[in-house]
Amino acid sequence: MSRQQRLWPVHVVLAVGAAAMVAPFFWQLLTSLQTFGEATSVPPTFVPGWHWSNYAEVFRSTPFLAQFGNTVLITVVRVLTQLLFCSMAAYAFARMRFPGRDALFLVILSVLMVPGQLYLLPQYRMVMNLGLLNTLTGIVLPGMFSAFGTFMLRQFFLSLPRDIEEAARLDGAGPLRVFWSIVLPLARPGLISLGVLTVLWSWNDLLWPLVVTSDADRMPLSVGLATLQGEHVTDYPVLMAGSLLASLPMIVMFIAAQRRITEGIAFTGSK
Amino acid sequence: MATIEATPAAAPAAAGPRPRRSRAGGHPREWVWGYLMVLPLLAGLGVFYLWPIAQSVYFSFTEWGAFGGQRWVGTANYRDFLSDPELPKAAWNTLRYSLLVLLAVPLSVVLAALLNQVRDRHVALYRTLYFLPVVSMPAAVAMVWRWLYNGDYGLINYLLSLVGVDGPHWVSDERFTVYAMAVVGVWASLGYNMIIFSAGLKSIPRHYYEAAAIDGAGRVRQFFAVTLPLLSPSIFFVSVLSVIGGLQMFDTVLMMLGKSNPALAGSKTVAYLFYEDAFLDNRQGMASAVAVVLMAVLLLLTAVQFRLQKKWVHYE
Repeated sequence: MSRQQRLWPVHVVLAVGAAAMVAPFFWQLLTSLQTFGEATSVPPTFVPGWHWSNYAEVFRSTPFLAQFGNTVLITVVRVLTQLLFCSMAAYAFARMRFPGRDALFLVILSVLMVPGQLYLLPQYRMVMNLGLLNTLTGIVLPGMFSAFGTFMLRQFFLSLPRDIEEAARLDGAGPLRVFWSIVLPLARPGLISLGVLTVLWSWNDLLWPLVVTSDADRMPLSVGLATLQGEHVTDYPVLMAGSLLASLPMIVMFIAAQRRITEGIAFTGSK
Repeated sequence: MATIEATPAAAPAAAGPRPRRSRAGGHPREWVWGYLMVLPLLAGLGVFYLWPIAQSVYFSFTEWGAFGGQRWVGTANYRDFLSDPELPKAAWNTLRYSLLVLLAVPLSVVLAALLNQVRDRHVALYRTLYFLPVVSMPAAVAMVWRWLYNGDYGLINYLLSLVGVDGPHWVSDERFTVYAMAVVGVWASLGYNMIIFSAGLKSIPRHYYEAAAIDGAGRVRQFFAVTLPLLSPSIFFVSVLSVIGGLQMFDTVLMMLGKSNPALAGSKTVAYLFYEDAFLDNRQGMASAVAVVLMAVLLLLTAVQFRLQKKWVHYE
């Protein structure tokens, strides 16, 4: 009881901060339910007219469904390929012995240190030369490989106990077998953390898909939203409805997978 | 940057035949498996990252003709960029933005320390709320803030008018854009920083606080004597990341200001100059030079921060 009483100033500060975090989203929601006239009235309208039609308008006036589908597809492919390629390489770097291993790992780390601007333009020229501009393949390609993912999973593999692998090896399991049926199941928490972070980053990624795509129905949602504003008359209620819809899946995922996301992020800051 | 642990030396399970004096150790058969497992990733990173990095460095010394065709121009791109009349303003905007966003670091340390005091079930709720900006689509977030900042109908100026202040056009007046964007930057990074700091706080052993309490230190004193020094590695990490992110700031300029904004000319960042040269003005040699300079500055600043850390970061 006394502990509770001492805590109330803490809660006040945290709650004020939390309100500041949420207020813009709350305003977004309110605006999305107003008519254009209500949204642009001075003083502002605080009680919305519950115009759910703005949400229907998002689907009518933009290729929202197509862009949603593109985003889902890009995200799924990136997550699956990253998990596969990164976990294979990370396992080899963590557990196998071969000449040049540490030098190769340093090369991978060097990619982590370089700002994105340094590879963006040649990546773009490469995708253009392959005739993949404006295609989902073009958007997906570079994101299938991740230096960060490899680094993160290697650290995770290093923390796993070796005994089970060695027992399996003595029972005659080959390296691929050990990796696939012993190590990967053990590494599930690490794989899920990387997977969830990759979903988040892929869903919200803007710059690369922005330069690769130009047709509205080939874009992911992030680019669709970015090109939407200003292009047409700025109908704020409809924009707010669209942007809320685009963010919603990640908000839901965060609430569902909160522990995995926070562990993944805490990992990047530890050690 | 996190340090890389040395791989624990593998105890040879059963002393099988090993190639003599091989530094790598293991069977050649194991080598083959090792190479096969890293091959797909290395090939992908090589094609899509390493080779492009080398190309960019090469491009930065060349110029592209109107009909393709590339010619070597030596350091002309660098000289053009460094004497670009837009550069001083863009560099100043970038610097101001990076420093302003660093304000999120002390703020999130305090918030994380407070969060550390409350019960677990409350922690989950607060964490969700503070994390909303991190998980929301940046394009969507920029749109919302642009609406809040609207000079005529925006909520912020309405609230200011209640206390008698006539708010400016925050995102179409270049005197205010950097500050407006920095507010969004701080707001958007608090949740992420808090999670890293929370993890750092959890690793501080309780008995330090107990010892401090026995010595008569109150909450505030404990924060400065125990929490801050022991949290300094996380603070260092987050600061380095913030500066790196701040120096590359681009998305917010593009989305919050938009291409036809009158304030855009005075609000560009260095990364925005890169984007313009590369994808709008078709000056790819120049763009590559901008990218190389940006990397050099990032490396330099990171090195300086690592140098300075010896003065204030405590590792146990």
